[in-house]
Amino acid sequence: MEYQVICAGESRSFSRDHPLVAGGKDSGQVVVIIGADAGAAFRRLRDTDRMAAVLLIELGTECLGVHTGEARGEEGSNVLGFARFRLGDAAPSDLVELVRQPRTAEAALSAARLVFESAGLKVSTCGDFAGRIIDRLVRPYYNAALRRLDEGLASAQDLDTTLKLGLGYPEGPIELLERTGLAHHYDVAQALFEASSDPAYAPARRARVAKQRRES
Amino acid sequence: MTTIKTVGVAGSGTMGAGIAIVAARAGFKTIVYDTNIEALARARKQTEGFFAKSVERKKLTGDEVERILGDLSATTDAGQFAQCDVVIEAVYEDLKVKHELFRRIDPVCRPHTIFGSNTSTLSITEIAAGSGRDDRFVGMHFCLPAQLMKLVEMSPGLNTSEETFQRAWEFCKAMGQVPVRTKDSPGFILNYFLIPFNNDAIRLVESGVAAPADIDRAIKTALGYAMGPLELLDLVGLDTHLLVAEALYAATHDSRAAAPALVKRMIAAGKLGRKAGEGFYKYEGSAMFGG
Ligand SMILES: NC(=O)c1ccc[n+]([C@@H]2O[C@H](COP(=O)([O-])OP(=O)(O)OC[C@H]3O[C@@H](n4cnc5c(N)ncnc54)[C@H](O)[C@@H]3O)[C@@H](O)[C@H]2O)c1
Repeated sequence: MEYQVICAGESRSFSRDHPLVAGGKDSGQVVVIIGADAGAAFRRLRDTDRMAAVLLIELGTECLGVHTGEARGEEGSNVLGFARFRLGDAAPSDLVELVRQPRTAEAALSAARLVFESAGLKVSTCGDFAGRIIDRLVRPYYNAALRRLDEGLASAQDLDTTLKLGLGYPEGPIELLERTGLAHHYDVAQALFEASSDPAYAPARRARVAKQRRES
Repeated sequence: MTTIKTVGVAGSGTMGAGIAIVAARAGFKTIVYDTNIEALARARKQTEGFFAKSVERKKLTGDEVERILGDLSATTDAGQFAQCDVVIEAVYEDLKVKHELFRRIDPVCRPHTIFGSNTSTLSITEIAAGSGRDDRFVGMHFCLPAQLMKLVEMSPGLNTSEETFQRAWEFCKAMGQVPVRTKDSPGFILNYFLIPFNNDAIRLVESGVAAPADIDRAIKTALGYAMGPLELLDLVGLDTHLLVAEALYAATHDSRAAAPALVKRMIAAGKLGRKAGEGFYKYEGSAMFGG
């Protein structure tokens, strides 16, 4: 399937030579808008351009509805959001969280899937919720691990060993946060906490300290 | 310090049978005690089947298996524990049942004998309090299936002596296991993190954030987990998950530990997971649909 790529600022997860970006043509039935300013670029499009194609907007932590507007649970069109999951400083993963709305056109979903999969990515579809799938699941878990470390439940090494040996996780939570950046965990968890007021997302003390040290 | 030669296992169910395999395989004389003679017979048959496979896979020789099975005995007589240097209990997850067991075996066992508990959700200190020897009592939480999983979460109760803990720790290593030290705290490490994580995954399904297959694919792709949380829940069984979640919630009052309403509805609808042919996915034979 032919698709066009519009670059709107630096993307956190896609370099210019990634197959998704490099594979873009001059025009196409699908338009992929990539970069930190993707939402703004979408909003600048003329109505006729918005109707002509399936539009895929790269999201940050915001919801897709911020760009499309919402209508009493009946929103949805040929516009989808997406984010390639990346944990802090680690390399971006192969996962694309594809964000739909209640009335998103099924044909638009299928087309979007095809575009990402042909670029070697794996797609999970989800609703337009803060934190989508992965952040909603891992941020409370990472916070709990950091809190329990503070409370002396076990040493960092024993916490990591337990989750690796007991559940087959490739990495324990403490070593993973050290590798990918505690301060980055703070940023994501804090954004989710602000969006949801759920205390499970409130950044753990160790993440807060790392953030303060980075800023000082 | 008395060296440990003879191991007692109380309870010959899923976990007890596995723990007995671990102890006997490592060269300890092992006595399994259960009040139910059928449970003992069932475990013996499964154990023989397990070791036959170990020979087939060339992990053990026929001679080794003969030695191991010779070292492994079963009894309905708690008096046999008089020979044991350590007794690990894996009876029902019920404080009363565990206290009754220890009340019965404490007078039989010698003073140096260490008591261990494989409890998943009860407090080691509370079980130890009714054991007659709370200074020689330690939590030893094996993982399912114990005969294959190396991890043992070891926790001292509030009155456990450091010497007891060290002896039990060395014994655990001598069984070829990998011990980790954790406080006597609800769910220890594994269940403390796993149960709320799995509940959160169920809540994503419940609130329509994403479908089970999308959630599992996301977790496996982004984090490299071998299994997604909903596949894992189907394997464990939602009824088992509910029991552990209820126990953890009762002990912590952490809202993430409480099983979402969907779990009870799925149980009522017979969607218990893999063993029922349907849970978050549908199964036919061993193949999975809907992935
Ligand atoms: N199943 C798991 O995944 C798992 C994992 C780790 C820990 N545990 C813990 O291990 C323990 C046992 O669990 P299980 O799944 O093996 O249970 P199970 O029901 O399979 O086996 C329990 C056995 O204990 C016997 N028993 C009960 N009361 C007894 C008594 N007073 N004296 C002697 N034998 C008695 C029963 O006859 C039965 O054979 C529980 O404390 C559980 O929390 C279970």
